[in-house]
Amino acid sequence: MADVHFELVTPEKKILSEDAYMVVVPGTEGDFGVLAGHAPLMSTVRDGEVLVYSSMTNITQRIRVQGGFAEVTDKGLTILAEHAEILSGAGAEASSHGRPARADH
Amino acid sequence: MPSLKALKIRIGSVKSTQKITKAMKMVAAAKLRRAQEAAEAGRPYAEELTKVMARLASGVTVGPESPKLLAGTGKDTNQLLVVATSERGLAGAFNSNIVRAAVRKARELEAQGKQVKFYLIGKKGRAVINRLFPGKIVHQVDQTHIKTVSFDDALEVAQDIMHRFEAGEFDVARLYFAKFQSALVQIPTETQIIPVEIPAAANDKTPESGGPVAAFEYEPDEEEILAALLPRNIAVQLFRAFQENAASEQGSRMTAMDNATRNAGDMIKKLTIQYNRSRQAAITTELVEIISGAEALKG
Repeated sequence: MADVHFELVTPEKKILSEDAYMVVVPGTEGDFGVLAGHAPLMSTVRDGEVLVYSSMTNITQRIRVQGGFAEVTDKGLTILAEHAEILSGAGAEASSHGRPARADH
Repeated sequence: MPSLKALKIRIGSVKSTQKITKAMKMVAAAKLRRAQEAAEAGRPYAEELTKVMARLASGVTVGPESPKLLAGTGKDTNQLLVVATSERGLAGAFNSNIVRAAVRKARELEAQGKQVKFYLIGKKGRAVINRLFPGKIVHQVDQTHIKTVSFDDALEVAQDIMHRFEAGEFDVARLYFAKFQSALVQIPTETQIIPVEIPAAANDKTPESGGPVAAFEYEPDEEEILAALLPRNIAVQLFRAFQENAASEQGSRMTAMDNATRNAGDMIKKLTIQYNRSRQAAITTELVEIISGAEALKG
């Protein structure tokens, strides 16, 4: 099964842009998991944790988001958050708190 | 003709001025790069939000029940001009360009019989606006202690403005800042932030993918999402303005200081020539005196 493309963006910078098996988003009206081919959806996101799955059982990243909004289109999932902090997984240092990571040239 | 001593002092002082402007130029150049990177990093969010807003707004009909931030209060008698300037001067025409754009609009609005008030961000616009429109400044945000603006700073300002809007202090709010184009060009820009201007893309029914707009599921419903997004949109617009301003300020300062350094260089050259001429003239005079004295003794 194809992966779903996942982007996490804050006003300060783009935090993540990668492919994942599934992303679980804490929606205002309940958590929902987004897999590839999900129907178009817009939802507000409550403060909580976004879970990124690389396979059915394997969580690769936990990201704490605050004040957000999620949009699922045929291109993938985009989460716009005011704050995002990667709690575990790759790029845990490159969170929006503390010193921002140097942008690539 | 100034004395040799005076010229020497003058050259020394111009030289130290040049050192300062040169240092300021280099600092501005370094800061500019960072500010530019920050502005670029913030672009995806703003673009996404604009897209989403446009899509949402095209599905919602503006009626009396719509949120006031979208529909407005139905009046436009009280106008608020949010003027974002810098906290520091010595940045060429950066601040005066922004202020000039705001003042022009204020005059225009007053001529139409509207009430104009100013909401200042940064202290550099205060003097001029206070002189031209005394007593019209409702608030001034101090950003002196902020090194690089974060989204929270913008959020704070946005909340204050929205609070004033809800209290009925004004009907329409416009934001003034300088859009960064290059180190040489910064464009004073006006955007309406309240009521929200729906971007032109709202009427564009054919997205880039070419297919028909997919039917979205909304969670909660469209109105509620829109109501949640509207205040955020204002904060994002302010944040964008701050970032553009930060880049523009440094760009403008860099150019101004580069010019100042070059002018100081020209001045030093001119003064040095003048100094050398007078020195030579003094030596010649002395020589002539000695020779003619010797000649007189011989005779």
